[in-house]
Amino acid sequence: MSIINLDAPGRTVLMMGNEAIARGALEAGIQVAAAYPGTPSSEIIGSLAEVAESMGIYVEWSVNEKLALEVAGSASMAGLRSITAMKQNGLNVASDYLFTLTMTGVKGGIVLVVCDDPSSHSSSNEQDSRAFARIGDIPLFEPSSFQEAKDMTQYALELSEELKTVVMLRGVTRISHARGNVTLGNLPKLKRQPKFDTASPFHYAPVLQKHSLLHDKLAKAKEHFETSSFNGYEGPDCPDLMIITSGTGVAYTREAITLTGLEDRVGILKIGTTWPLPERLIGRQLTRAQKVMFVEEVDPFLESNVKEISADLIFALEIAPRIFYGKRSGHIPMVGELNTDRVVDALQKVLGTPYDPRDATYSKRVWEVNKEFVPERVLGFCPGCPHRASLWAIKNALKIDDRDGFLTGDIGCYALARTASGFSLAKTAGAMGSGTGLACGFGKLRQFGFDQPVVSVCGDSTFFHAAMPALVNAQYNRSNFVMCILDNNTTAMTGFQSHPGVGLNAMGLPGPVVDIESICRSLGVKVEVHDPFDLKGGIEILARLFQEEGVKVLILKRKCALLRLKDENPPYKIHIDPEKCIGEECGCNRICTRVFRCPGIIWDTEVQKSKVDEVICVGCGVCTDICPNGAIIKEEA
Amino acid sequence: MFLNKDPLNLIITGVGGQGNVLASQLLGNALVAKDFFVTIGETYGASQRGGPVMSHLRISKKAQCSPLIPQGKADIILGLEPVEALRVMGNYGNPHIVIVVNSRPIYPLDVTVGNAKYPNAQIIWSLLTELSHKAYMLDATDMALRLGTPILANIIMVGTLVALEAVPLTQEDLAGIIRETFPANKLEINLRALQMGMDAIKKPEGRNNLRRTSLAL
Repeated sequence: MSIINLDAPGRTVLMMGNEAIARGALEAGIQVAAAYPGTPSSEIIGSLAEVAESMGIYVEWSVNEKLALEVAGSASMAGLRSITAMKQNGLNVASDYLFTLTMTGVKGGIVLVVCDDPSSHSSSNEQDSRAFARIGDIPLFEPSSFQEAKDMTQYALELSEELKTVVMLRGVTRISHARGNVTLGNLPKLKRQPKFDTASPFHYAPVLQKHSLLHDKLAKAKEHFETSSFNGYEGPDCPDLMIITSGTGVAYTREAITLTGLEDRVGILKIGTTWPLPERLIGRQLTRAQKVMFVEEVDPFLESNVKEISADLIFALEIAPRIFYGKRSGHIPMVGELNTDRVVDALQKVLGTPYDPRDATYSKRVWEVNKEFVPERVLGFCPGCPHRASLWAIKNALKIDDRDGFLTGDIGCYALARTASGFSLAKTAGAMGSGTGLACGFGKLRQFGFDQPVVSVCGDSTFFHAAMPALVNAQYNRSNFVMCILDNNTTAMTGFQSHPGVGLNAMGLPGPVVDIESICRSLGVKVEVHDPFDLKGGIEILARLFQEEGVKVLILKRKCALLRLKDENPPYKIHIDPEKCIGEECGCNRICTRVFRCPGIIWDTEVQKSKVDEVICVGCGVCTDICPNGAIIKEEA
Repeated sequence: MFLNKDPLNLIITGVGGQGNVLASQLLGNALVAKDFFVTIGETYGASQRGGPVMSHLRISKKAQCSPLIPQGKADIILGLEPVEALRVMGNYGNPHIVIVVNSRPIYPLDVTVGNAKYPNAQIIWSLLTELSHKAYMLDATDMALRLGTPILANIIMVGTLVALEAVPLTQEDLAGIIRETFPANKLEINLRALQMGMDAIKKPEGRNNLRRTSLAL
C-alpha cells in the first residue's frame, strides 16, 4: 500500500515532497501522468506509477520531457486532468512545446512540475526555472512546505482548467527530497470520459490574437493571486526590515529570525504565487517597511520583479524609495542553495545583530579534526559495474591507438568517466545526448587536419532520450567516430526506471522491446555488440574500429550490477594469491587498486599487498584480467 | 512524551546502502503518529554506491522546521559509520551533543586504494568523546551479522536511540511502525533487531557491545 493513495481524509502523515505533489495531483483527479526521470523529480511520476492500477489512471515513462509534456497535453485537450514532472534540465528539453502549448491553450487542468536543484546535488547546472514562467506567461506556484506541495498542486490543476492554460509548480531538492507533515484531503471517485472536440481545435494561430488571449489569462491569474491564501505577511506591523521570500526561503527565514531573536523587528512577506506577482498585495505590503530584503533560490527573480513593481509605486503611492537588500547588494549569495545560516548572515549584515552559532574554540577544534582525520568519500562505480569494464577497454584501446584520442561524456552513472573511477577519460560534458552530438562535430573536423580518434558514450535510456538524433545526424553527414552505447538495461542513475529497451512500462506491464541494435543497423552504420566483461575482446574491437572510416557503434551490453544482484548469485569467488601479488616490487604500481579502483579490492597497507574485501566484492571476475602477474584468482562460485 | 528542547535536531549519517533513509523514515512516521511536526532533509547524490548520506530529522511541537539544521545546532548524531559521524560534527556539532555511533568502518575509496588514511578505532573514540557531551559506540554491524545480515545495523541503532530516551518515542511506538512498514517475512527479524538495540543499554549482558563515556545513561 502506497502512502499517496491512502484513503484517509483528515489524517496527517509523513510524506516526501515529491509524494505530496503526487497526492495533490490525485486529489485533483488527474487521470494521466507522464515524465522522463530526472533527479530530484523522479518520485512524483514514480509514485503515481505504483498506484496507477488501483487508482485507475494512466502513467508512463516517456522517452524525453518534451514527449511527456505532449502526452500530458493531449490528455488535457481531451478534457482530462494531467501532470508532468521534470528536473530543470528537462524543462529545457520540453520548453519548445511548452511555449506552443501556452499559445494553443488547454482544456483539462494540466500542471508542469519542475524540480530545480540549487547547489547542483545531482545536476549539470543550478538553473532557476522560474524565468520560464515569465518568458512564457505561465502562472507559477512555489511551495514552501510539504502541505503546500500537495495543496498547490491540487489548486494549480483547478486554476489551469479555469484559465485554460498550463500552470507551473516549481520545487527544489529540499522540498522534493525532504519529508514532512501532510494532512490528506479527499480522493475523488469519479472519472471523466475523454473526448476531443473537433469543433474546437488547438492551434497557435492567429499568433497575435492567441498571445493577447494568453495575457488576459495571466491577468485573471493575477486577480486570483491578489487574495490567495498562499501569500501573506507575518510579523510586526511596522518592521525595521521586511523579508520577501518564497519556497524553501520561508522556513529558513523564520528560523533565522528566531535564532537571532529579531521577532519584534523583522517581518516576512511570503509569496507562494510567484508569477504573475500579486502587484496590489505587494504594493500594500511595501508600505510597511523602509528596508526590504529578498530571500530566494537561485536567481534574483522576486528581487527583480518586485523592484519593477516598486518603481511604479513610488509615483502612484507617493512613497519614499525603499532600500533593497538581496543578491544584487551582495547580502544573499548569487550561487548555491540557501540555508538558515545564510539568512542569519544577511540579517547580521543589515541590522548589525550579533550571533554566534557555537563556542569558537569548539568550532576551531572540530574543523581541525575534520581536516586531519576525516578522509574524503568520493563517488565511484559500484563493485561489478559494467561501466568500469567498458571504460577500461576504451582507455586501453585509446592508449594502443596512440593518437591522443579522447572520450566525449554524457549524462548517466557513466558521467563518472570524468573522475578517477572512470580513468579521467571524459574530456567533455554536456546535456543528454551531447556526447554523441559533439562527437558528430569533432568527426567532421578532419578536412582541417584533425586526426584524433573520438569516442562518445551514452547509456541505453539516454540513447532513446536524445542520442538517437545525434547518431542519425552523424550518419547523414558522414562523420567519423565510435559511439559506445553502455547498455545496462535500466535508467540506473535516477533509480532504475524502465525505458523502451527494457520490455516493461512504468506501471510494470510487459510491452514490446525496442531494440537498440536493430535501430542502429537500420541507419546503415557499422554495429558491433560486445560483453564489456571481456576486456581483451573489447580492447581489440575498439582498436580496430578506430582504424575504420565512418560512424561505428559498439554496444557494450551488461545488466546493471545492482539489478543483477537482485536475481543472480555472484558467478565467481575471487581471491588474491599472496605468493603471486608481490606488491610494490611488481612494477604494476598497484594497478588493481590505484587505477582500476573497484571497491572490492583493498590495498593492505600492513602487508603491502592487495586483498579482496569479501563483503564488498560481487564476484564479477573482471579484475582477474588486469593483474600483470596473474595474482587475482577466480573460482566458480 | 514531551520534548526537552524544541526543535530537537537529530542527524542520521552513514554511507549509501546502509539504510539511513529507512531509519529516518521509521522515526519520522512514529513521531508524526504522535502529533509531532517532523521535517526530514536528506542529502545524497546520485544512485551510485559509496557516497555519504545524511538525514536531518527535526522534531517540533510548534512548527514545521526547515529541512536543514543550522550550523552547530544538532542535538543528537546517530552515526551508522564512524568517520561520517566525525564529518557531520564539523558543521553541526557543539559541546552539548550526544553521539551514538556504529563502530564498524566502511572505508572510502581513497582509503581502499591506498591514497588516504582512515583513523583507527582508538583515535575515533577519543575524538568523539572529546567533541561531545556524551558518546556511545555500539558494535551494531557485528550484532546485525549475528542476526544474519549487516543491513539490520540501522534498526539496532534506532533501538539504542530509543533506549537512551534521546527521542520522544517508546519501543512500542517503533514496533508499531515496523509492523506497518515491513512485509510479514521480514517483520520478526526487524523487531528482534530493535530489541537488541534496546538491550545494549537496558540489559547488563547487552552492554558487552557498547562503549560509553559515562556510566550514567
